[in-house]
Formats: sequence, structure tokens, C-alpha cells
Amino acid sequence: MISGLGRRVISGISRLGHATFFLARLMPALGAALARIRLIVQQLYMTGVLTLVIVVVSGAFVGMILALQGYNTLVRYDAQSSLGLLVALSLTRELGPVLTALLFAGRAGSALTAEIGLMKATEQLAGMEMMAVDPLSRVVAPRFWAGWIAVPLLAMIFSAVGVMGAYIVAVGDLGLDGGVFWSQMQSGVSVPNDIMGGLVKSVVFGFVVSWIAVFEGYDAKPTSEGVSRATTRTVVSSSLAILGLDFIMTAFMLRGL
Amino acid sequence: MEFTVGLFVVAGLLALAMLALKVGNIHALNLGGTYAVTADFNNIGSLKPRAPVTVAGVRVGHVAHITINPTTYQAVVTLDLLKKYRFPRDSSASIETAGLLGEQYVSLSPGGSQHYLKNGGKIRITQSAIILEKIISQLLYSKAGHSSGHS
Repeated sequence: MISGLGRRVISGISRLGHATFFLARLMPALGAALARIRLIVQQLYMTGVLTLVIVVVSGAFVGMILALQGYNTLVRYDAQSSLGLLVALSLTRELGPVLTALLFAGRAGSALTAEIGLMKATEQLAGMEMMAVDPLSRVVAPRFWAGWIAVPLLAMIFSAVGVMGAYIVAVGDLGLDGGVFWSQMQSGVSVPNDIMGGLVKSVVFGFVVSWIAVFEGYDAKPTSEGVSRATTRTVVSSSLAILGLDFIMTAFMLRGL
Repeated sequence: MEFTVGLFVVAGLLALAMLALKVGNIHALNLGGTYAVTADFNNIGSLKPRAPVTVAGVRVGHVAHITINPTTYQAVVTLDLLKKYRFPRDSSASIETAGLLGEQYVSLSPGGSQHYLKNGGKIRITQSAIILEKIISQLLYSKAGHSSGHS
């Protein structure tokens, strides 16, 4: 059992090494891909726009749930006027960036892996190499850029929709005063610390999820089983990476306050 | 497709702008410009950075940061006041509480001087926060002393 654990740790570290080498190879291609912006726009549609529905719906529901739960707790201390602040801080600092990245990993990250893996399995990537087209700059880099750009935009939309959802429940259903809701929020939410901190987190998550997704696709065994395993690995590794990085970044950000 | 992607990017940027302006109240921080003045207090209670500064109940700025003076051991509160408002140099500052248990804020009472506070200026007359626990304990001690004096 102990040796099995050791094997897993060694294989995990070796995989991280492979992924880092892959990223180092991808870096020059990232610059080259910027020259073909059309490819990035195409992928931004596939990864960003098509993920929008799930992000907007989840954001609205999360905001509404936060309002209901927060109100039920705060009303015990007669502090329901702070509901707007509670919702805004939860969404901008934590839930917006983290949940968006998790949803993105499940919806778009897995699709990226499956697409690149299938291109490998059907030897399209090898075909490109035969025609002296670099698959890293033609296939991988635009998808990486698109994922990296999409996650922060989606996270901002998630937080904004969440705040609106909470407002509808708090003011429309629970009878809280609208002015109090906004003023408490504005007096407690700091733009540089909370909103920009959340934005920084989502940029990091976008980078990591896109990196994992394209690496797993490019590294997948060119069989149907290999592609399905790679897709699963993308969702699992991305989710763990998002939560681990969130803890580290939160610790740094709170220490900086 | 390009139009949809464009809309998506605009929606993301608008969401960021909405969060910054509506949720974070960025216009109260800087738009229009501010000038900084300091005020020393013996006790600031639970005053925090970003707390409002008001005059006659109207918000005219916010608390920028709070430090401690290493020689007098007083709290040095830096206030960012909106440039469109000018206050006499002999104005006084007091820390008050919104309601019984609400957040604390700085209230300015303008004086009568012909000279105005400038960037880097200092408010000399200050009144510290009222600490509810202290008043209650003083009241209890005085009651106890009173009753033991009678017995």
C-alpha cells in the first residue's frame, strides 16, 4: 500500500514536470497565435459564449440562495441591513471566481481536452506536422488564449448577476430597503482589494484550467479510452488546482489587508 | 459569431464596471479628486478604513487609513475629503456611531476660521469614539459606590 502511494506521488510529480515542459514549448506559440486573432475569436465563442448560459443561471441562483441564507442568519442579530455587504463580499472575493472556474472546467475545459485528444486520435495533429504546420500554434495556442480570456469575463458576469439576483430576493421578496442594500455594500466593498482581488484570482484560474485542458488533450492516448480518461483527468485536476490555488491566494490576499 | 463574441466581451467588461461603480462605489473614492487631512484621536473605537466622513449628515469623504503616532500613542486617522468641499481650519472631528450598534463614522463640525484646511492639513480639535462598554461599567461602578455609601 505504501509503495502504491509512493508510485502515485512520483507519477504525479513526473506529470507536473511534463506539463511544465509542455507549457515552456507552448509559450513561443502563444505569441505567434496573437497574429491570427480570428482563431482566438472562434475559440472564444466555443469556450466563452457557449458557457455563458450556465454561468448566468448559476450566478443568479447562487446570489438568490446567498440572500435567503444570509438573511435568515443575520436577522437573528437584527443585522439584516448588512445583507448586501455579505452577498457582495462572498461573490466578488470567493464564489464568483471559484464557481466560474469550476463550471468552466466542467463545461469548456473538458470539451477542449476531448477536441484536442480526438484530433490526436484521428491523426489530424500528425497531418498538420506533415504539412509543416505547427499544431501548437495552430490548434493549442488559440484554445489556451480563449480559455484564459474567457474565465475572468465569465467570473465578472457571474458576480454581477449574483448581486442582481440577491437584490431581487432581498428587496422584492424579503422586504429589505433597496437604498440600505446598496449603501451597506458600497461602504464595505473595496474596489482594489475585493473586486480586483477576485479578478486576479479568475485570471490565475483561467490560466491554470486552460493549461490543464490543453495539456491533457495533447498528452492523451490516441484511443477512445485514452481521450475519455484525459477528459476526466482535466475536470478532476482543474477542480483540485482551483481549490488549492484559491486557498493559497486567499491566504496571501488576507495577509496583505 | 464575431458579433456574439464581441457582445460577450462587452458584457464581461460591463459586469466589471458595474461591480466597480455600483457595488464598490469607486466614484466616492477618487472621481473629482480628494485631499487628505489628518486628525489624532485618543481612541477610535471600531473605526475602519473606508468609513464615511460626514458634515451635517452629508457624505463628504472617507477614512483613507489609520496608523498610530509612535510618540504620543494616539491614533492618526487620515481623511480623504472631496475637493469640491472646503472646510475651515478650526473645524472639529468626532467619531460617532450610526444607531446604537451601527458602523462608526467621522463627523466634521465646521468652525468659523477664514482659512481653510488644505492637503496635508490637520484637524486639531477631535473627540474620540464613545465606548459603550466603558460607559456601562462606569455607570455600574458609580451605582455600586452609591449604594455602598448608603448602607
